[in-house]
Amino acid sequence: MKQVKVLGSGCNKCVKTAELIKTIAAENEVPVNVVKETSAEIIMQYGVLSTPAVVINEVLVHSGSIPDKKKIQSWF
Amino acid sequence: MLAFFTELANWITFTLLGLSPSSKLGDAIHFFIEDTTKIFFLLVVMIYFIALLRASLNIEKVRDYLARKNRFIGYVTGSVFGAITPFCSCSSIPVFLGFTSAGIPVGITMSFLLTSPLINEVAILLLLSLVGWEITLLYVLVGMAVGILGGVFLDLIRAERMLQPFALKAYQSATATMSVTATMSATTTEASATETIMSSTETNASTMSFRDRHDFAKRELMDIFSRVWKWVFIGVGLGAALHGYVPMSWLEGNLGDGQWWSVPLAVLLGIPLYSNATGVIPIMESLITKGLPIGTTMAFCMSTVAASFPEFILLKQVMTWKLLAIIFALLLLSFTVIGWILNIIH
Repeated sequence: MKQVKVLGSGCNKCVKTAELIKTIAAENEVPVNVVKETSAEIIMQYGVLSTPAVVINEVLVHSGSIPDKKKIQSWF
Repeated sequence: MLAFFTELANWITFTLLGLSPSSKLGDAIHFFIEDTTKIFFLLVVMIYFIALLRASLNIEKVRDYLARKNRFIGYVTGSVFGAITPFCSCSSIPVFLGFTSAGIPVGITMSFLLTSPLINEVAILLLLSLVGWEITLLYVLVGMAVGILGGVFLDLIRAERMLQPFALKAYQSATATMSVTATMSATTTEASATETIMSSTETNASTMSFRDRHDFAKRELMDIFSRVWKWVFIGVGLGAALHGYVPMSWLEGNLGDGQWWSVPLAVLLGIPLYSNATGVIPIMESLITKGLPIGTTMAFCMSTVAASFPEFILLKQVMTWKLLAIIFALLLLSFTVIGWILNIIH
């Protein structure tokens, strides 16, 4: 089970990012647990400057935009 | 080249719709068509080309650059980067914390954040094409002055004391590490450690191909366009209504002399009105041609763009109410003073 965190202040793009990850994970039949993290303090701890950002199993893999499909597939 | 859009508006309004150039409706519709077509054309072309150029500039680089700068150059560069770095207001919290936890003084970070909504390439472009280069230059100088002086002031009053405790702690531990590493002449900080993680996943700037730049520019174009198109319609719509229906004599007669009270009134009116720079510039064009003095117009526009409650409330996550109130008052005061000065010298 991959632990996926989407970091962001709750803006539209972060919601879309989380949904996209869930959809693609389901397509690839990869079990994931996607949570949205909106706390400024926690976002700071990952050293992220632009959101939405994605953390998988505690490793920061993406930040600053809605990731494209290919990139998400490469994570699974 | 831009005369094409006047011709297009002439043709649609007077030939196709058969409206009279001297009627109020004809005047307003002509203004609306000319400005929307021109603005959309410029937006698409310019956002794309500017994005091609700045594809390799990102917020992480700005942070690393500012963290190395000395204080006084810092305010100026903070403000310049605020003007040229693309970033969405929903990122202002992570940016604030990222800068702060890299040991960048609060004033420099605020120089960046205050200038950012006021000046960007889209605003400059619209100003150039709608109100000419003199007012554009004035707008840019005023916007940067607000950012720079605002930042200096916040550091003078030691604004970091008024951050939320966790943000203050991050700032203090960063500045502590900085002085330690300075004595040990080592440069590795926490910030560069996260940087390494990021750079392994992001495209390296120096090896960016044209293809990467094109992809970036295309994404930027769609992203910015989807955010600003509605503001263009709202802004130009209001500008057109002003243009066609508010008589020249009324504005000029009542506010044309730059009465002192009209400036603070314009600033106060701008607070509940919330728009970004793209939406407010067509209104600015209309107000100026109607004879509203430049200082009053500038005060109104800057207040509309920079002093908005929703964005300020966001900053509450990292600041105390006291600091928020200080920054808000500082903005209102500086827009008023700027308005007065411009009205006097103009």
